[in-house]
Amino acid sequence: MSILKSREAILALAILALLAVIASRFPAFVSPANLARVLTDTSPLILLALGQMAVILTKCIDLSVAANLALCGMIAALMNGAGVPLPMILLAVVLLGAMLGAVNGLLVWKLGIPSIVVTLGTMTIYRGTIFLLTNGAWINAHQMSAGFKDFPRTVIAGLPVMTWIALAIIGLVAILMGRTPLGRAFYAVGGNAHAAVYTGISVGRTQFAAFVLAGALAGLTGYLWVARYAVAYVDIAGGFELDVVAACVIGGIAIAGGSGSVAGCVMGALFLGIIKNALPVVGISPFWQMAISGAAILIAIAFNATSQRAPGRIILKQAEHRT
Amino acid sequence: MTTATGRHIPDRLTSPASRALKSWEALLLIVAIAIFIVNSMASPYFLDPWNLSDASFNFTEKAMIAFAMAMLVISGEIDLSVGSIMALTSTVMGAAMTAGAGTPTLVALGLGTGLLCGAFNGLLVARFGLPSIVVTIGTMSLFRGISYIVLGDGAYTGYPAGFAWFGQGYVWWVITVELVIFALAALAFGILLHRTNFGRMVYAIGNNATAARFSGIRVDRIRFILFLLTGLMSGIAAICLTSRLGSTRPSIASGFELEVVTIVVLGGVSILGGSGSIIGVVLAALVMGLVTFGLGLLNVPGIVMSIIVGALLIAVIALPRLWSMLSRK
Repeated sequence: MSILKSREAILALAILALLAVIASRFPAFVSPANLARVLTDTSPLILLALGQMAVILTKCIDLSVAANLALCGMIAALMNGAGVPLPMILLAVVLLGAMLGAVNGLLVWKLGIPSIVVTLGTMTIYRGTIFLLTNGAWINAHQMSAGFKDFPRTVIAGLPVMTWIALAIIGLVAILMGRTPLGRAFYAVGGNAHAAVYTGISVGRTQFAAFVLAGALAGLTGYLWVARYAVAYVDIAGGFELDVVAACVIGGIAIAGGSGSVAGCVMGALFLGIIKNALPVVGISPFWQMAISGAAILIAIAFNATSQRAPGRIILKQAEHRT
Repeated sequence: MTTATGRHIPDRLTSPASRALKSWEALLLIVAIAIFIVNSMASPYFLDPWNLSDASFNFTEKAMIAFAMAMLVISGEIDLSVGSIMALTSTVMGAAMTAGAGTPTLVALGLGTGLLCGAFNGLLVARFGLPSIVVTIGTMSLFRGISYIVLGDGAYTGYPAGFAWFGQGYVWWVITVELVIFALAALAFGILLHRTNFGRMVYAIGNNATAARFSGIRVDRIRFILFLLTGLMSGIAAICLTSRLGSTRPSIASGFELEVVTIVVLGGVSILGGSGSIIGVVLAALVMGLVTFGLGLLNVPGIVMSIIVGALLIAVIALPRLWSMLSRK
């Protein structure tokens, strides 16, 4: 536990150091108003990373979340065009996202197909479905109703609704992970699947639940994304799944499953969010973003691996000494 | 003797001939022939040799990488960065071309960049023991990210005329240079996997890496070499693709990793490692090429084809499992 704590402390220090470096040149970046903007801008990443965290904890990976987001966002925009009221749309995207997640989950659970193969496949299927629905057409701001676009941006108590939603979900997921049987099951399944079975936990069902959770969050984020940027088309959030995995890995969620915390996950997302928002301020081309998140993933896994590598048992002691 | 739960023990072993007939490869061959017949009936333009030669570009570049990827998957690893290696390789060649490099230098740089990228992946996986999925997701972002840093929203164009030979040249009649490279690569990897000690070691590692280690196989070194080979083949594929398109953008070859993995899995290589064959991958590449060409003739847009590829990837693994689940009941 002390290692876990220290890893999050190190990440928090890294974020503070990053902010300090930026602040030394551009003090305006660390003003509360701007930090709130960064938090709002990072909200979609945080939401998806929390879902991905549950999936990774159970030793799976979900590469279809960004496509799921794009499909649900498009459906939200289409429903809005058909005059469906906003609460219905919100309910629909969460359910649809959960269903798309359930498809992944069922293939992993019932057929035992490796999650990376399943989600690599559904990633293209979900994104292709957007094309089938719209024939590649865009839905632009003027085709969306004002209520639809304004909801995530409505400011309540100083923060936009989107940020409040992200904060609420962080709280809910923290309770889910720490205080419910399902949350503990995520850790148990990833930590030691055999032991989990002996304690009466169904490994497949737990993985299924993780995919449904990740899908539901992706669906919700789909609406928020489309409403905030006021545009929906086939390629929105293209490649975003890599950022999501990056946020989790940077946040110390072990890719081998079974270990990681909500706080780490959120900080991992914030770390990437701060870099993304700081690049234009510092005067670096936004084209650097992709390489930086790639490098951050590699550094983070290398770092995690050194702190948690289980020492192998030496069976042939004499041979070991001789070499 | 055989109860409901007990394993069925056959009176005698199935003969090699009937085993070959029931194999995944035989099934693929039948599918390939069926698609060929259906396509030639569906479109009068299908059976034209020049059209078929053009259509081979649908799979040659991906299949070159798929051979190396198949060996990597058989050994229990995966490389999701192949598309990004191609992008970086193409960018390096583009930069060299703008600096005035000739065709031989470009090819050398292409091969070198591919090898370096593969070595980087291999070093992280084999030397530092990091999981290959995450490492290559990271390098997928990093390699293409470097291309974006160099190129932004620009492009390199104006490759020398001699360079076009790799992607646009013909060796004889309708036989393209890429087709020849594809055939040579198939032969080389077929021999390497099925006829050498190295190939047997790859299977051993995929089936049980710990047991392989204890039987004296240098597991990490072989893993490293496999990543190196995958990088090299990505480099060769990048040379072909860049030469064929005649330009480099940072988004070049995006989504290649999906199609390469699909070809490998469709070819009967177990995604969990330990089994598979090069002939299966060759047939899978042909099937994919024929399907996409046929759909192209029917004016199906590219993104719809990618749905079909995605569905194919899942179905190929799901159907045999569904079948065995249902037949067990």
